[in-house]
Amino acid sequence: MSKVALIFAHPRLEDSKIHKQLLQVLPKSPNLTFHDLYENYPDFVIDIDREKKILLDHDVIIWQHPVYWYSCPPLLKQWMDMVLEIGWAYGPGGNALEGKRVQSIVSTGGPEQAYQEGGNNRFPLEQYFLPFEQTARLCKMEYLPLFSIKGSHRISPEQLQEKKIEYRQCIESLLELNNTSYGK
Amino acid sequence: MENNFLVDAVIYLAAAVVCVPVAKRLGLGSVLGYLMAGILIGPFVLGFVGQEGKDIMHFAEFGVVMMLFIVGLELEPATLWKMRTSVLGYGSLQMVGTTLCIFALMLFLDWEWPSALAVGMAFSMSSTAIVLQSLKEKNQLNLPSGTNSFSILLFQDIAVIPILAMLPLLAKDGIVDDDTHHTFLSAFPAWLQTFGVLLAVGSIIIAGRYLIVPMLRFISHTHLRELFTATALLIVIAIALLMQMVGLSPALGTFLAGVVLASSEYKHELESDLDPFKGLLLGLFFLAVGASINFNLILARPVLILLSTLIVMAIKMGVLYIVGKRLKLAKDQHWLFTFVLSQVGEFAFVLLAFMAQVRLVNSGQNDFLMAVVALSMLFTPLVLLVHERIMIPRWANRMNEEQESDVENNQHKVILIGFSHFGSTIGRFLRANNIESTILDNDSDRVLLLRKMGFKVYYGDATRIDILHAAGAETADIIVVGTGTPETNIDIVKLVLKHYPQARIMVRARNRMDAYEFMDLGILHIYRETLDAAIRVGVDVLGLMGERKYSAFRTGQKFLKYDNQSMKKLKAHRHDMNVYVNKAKEEIARQEEMLADDKDKLKGLSSDVAWDSEYMRDMILQPRTK
Repeated sequence: MSKVALIFAHPRLEDSKIHKQLLQVLPKSPNLTFHDLYENYPDFVIDIDREKKILLDHDVIIWQHPVYWYSCPPLLKQWMDMVLEIGWAYGPGGNALEGKRVQSIVSTGGPEQAYQEGGNNRFPLEQYFLPFEQTARLCKMEYLPLFSIKGSHRISPEQLQEKKIEYRQCIESLLELNNTSYGK
Repeated sequence: MENNFLVDAVIYLAAAVVCVPVAKRLGLGSVLGYLMAGILIGPFVLGFVGQEGKDIMHFAEFGVVMMLFIVGLELEPATLWKMRTSVLGYGSLQMVGTTLCIFALMLFLDWEWPSALAVGMAFSMSSTAIVLQSLKEKNQLNLPSGTNSFSILLFQDIAVIPILAMLPLLAKDGIVDDDTHHTFLSAFPAWLQTFGVLLAVGSIIIAGRYLIVPMLRFISHTHLRELFTATALLIVIAIALLMQMVGLSPALGTFLAGVVLASSEYKHELESDLDPFKGLLLGLFFLAVGASINFNLILARPVLILLSTLIVMAIKMGVLYIVGKRLKLAKDQHWLFTFVLSQVGEFAFVLLAFMAQVRLVNSGQNDFLMAVVALSMLFTPLVLLVHERIMIPRWANRMNEEQESDVENNQHKVILIGFSHFGSTIGRFLRANNIESTILDNDSDRVLLLRKMGFKVYYGDATRIDILHAAGAETADIIVVGTGTPETNIDIVKLVLKHYPQARIMVRARNRMDAYEFMDLGILHIYRETLDAAIRVGVDVLGLMGERKYSAFRTGQKFLKYDNQSMKKLKAHRHDMNVYVNKAKEEIARQEEMLADDKDKLKGLSSDVAWDSEYMRDMILQPRTK
């Protein structure tokens, strides 16, 4: 059993199509902490100590957000800048997050075909998430394979329903991961 | 007759126009200026004005009535209710104490007890006109000494009524055959009189709520400014008349009406319309007091009258000192309170005249007592001058001595003026950021308290150039003007603009109207003191209602920005209420549109795809791809 922290970043959840639906099917588990960045820090002033404690208290970290300009919304970037301190998360003596796992759960407007060679965005989505992967690596964490919902602006209700089930299963499996730390 | 009126008018106005600016320039205050002008044109110097001075005085007492109306406008009913203990408790302490002391003195001097008691009561009065005018001129009305002085004066105003009722009873023969104090109600039995009084007071309160405000609204729609002024005058005069009919003090009645109207939207309008009348009438009143000082009598018995005046004032000060002690006023406030109320007031003229009518005093005694009253009024500004020029600077020096060296060494680049909750928050914030500022405040209580808490606070009145200079204004980068009194802030801003142009000014404004005045002065950094907090409440309401906090926060920030922008546009129209209201409506509508527009833009982010090139291409090339 693992403890999972879902770090959620969406500047306009009230008008969202995908994420609002996803959050409805989050499993109710005492081991899952839903942490809504835009709701907690509307003024972008992040409580670093509180965030560090959340990270320390959990084994798996989820970064869930829509993809804006091939990246995350600004508050999540701000969160990384402020919370992942040198000497704590990385660098000399920075071992606080060692062995934890990270997964990005994201949605994109562009469909699968756009994210490939010859497509509109030319590269697979995974490539755009290399900075996130490397961030996790630098902090001695394991970056799990990307979970994405693509083509969200035209998704049919049936497809979305399918994705919701996948999403729930994904989080349930994260909760069931055994807690052996990953590669030292 | 007509010529006489014009000549009189020229004499009075000329005397005022010459003497008052001179007195102000010399730092003597306008009250002393008017009094001097009165003496100058009175029968004993130039002789332009004869005995009619007294009639003019009665007429000009109306200035006091207007003053109390305006004071009432500044006081919301809740504030008045909060003052009840200090009005009743300390007001009665002052009156009873002074009356008893003077009563005892008069008995000792072999006066008969009824006359002695009557004089005691008359002399326990202080001058509302002089006290309020002096305090207002120095922006001291909001200091502890100012509010407590006002409480005492209010009690005296109320006490005049029972005293007038008591005087005939004190008179030996008990006959009243005067017509000046013959009221409409005095023919009726006592219970009916009481009923009449209650009815009059009740009708003022009800009329204020349900008649006057709708009337003002109607009048303001006529777009005739002078009609509004006429209405304002009508309100005050009608209430004064009503009060006279039922035998109450007109000043008290208009004060009450002022309090009732304090929360109406026409408060500022009424204030600004009546202010010139009040000022002129009060000026006339002081002139008349000056002109009526009987120097022949004083010159005949100079030592006796001077001595009597000084003894009366000393007694009054003694009692006031004790009252001030019980009020736990700080040293400078305590002495200001003691000094400012030390004269015998204009009500004493009324009471003395009435006492002569009921033969409690003979005419010789009356003249003598009148001279004492007038002289005490003349001395008040002088006593205050001693307080301001000699005592205050000495305390200031003593209080600031221990820290004097710091001022010189550090030469802080920031000066904070006014260290109330507003200023102290700024001070704490700056100190947390390692910016030491020079702090100025004129409330010695607060200065001492804050020093105990470790702040470097200096005591001094920042409307004075020497104090600003001592605080290092000429080397300051930033001067934050943050006292709780808008008038003081304006005075300080003007001083700084004139003498310390290098300093950037940041100023606290109470509301929009204040902010406009600062904008007129060319100030760039204006902070409406309640704006940010109010918007934050609005943002939190949205949050608690379930709106996303980030969206609410953004809306709040945008609102703040738009509000400041719209203020700049509305500034030009503020003098015409109707245009202003229309323009304000337009601005509010525009503001709402812009905020809605902003939300729409944010909506673009909603489906997580606004930026997405695929999506954009679909949007633009939709016909072709389909």
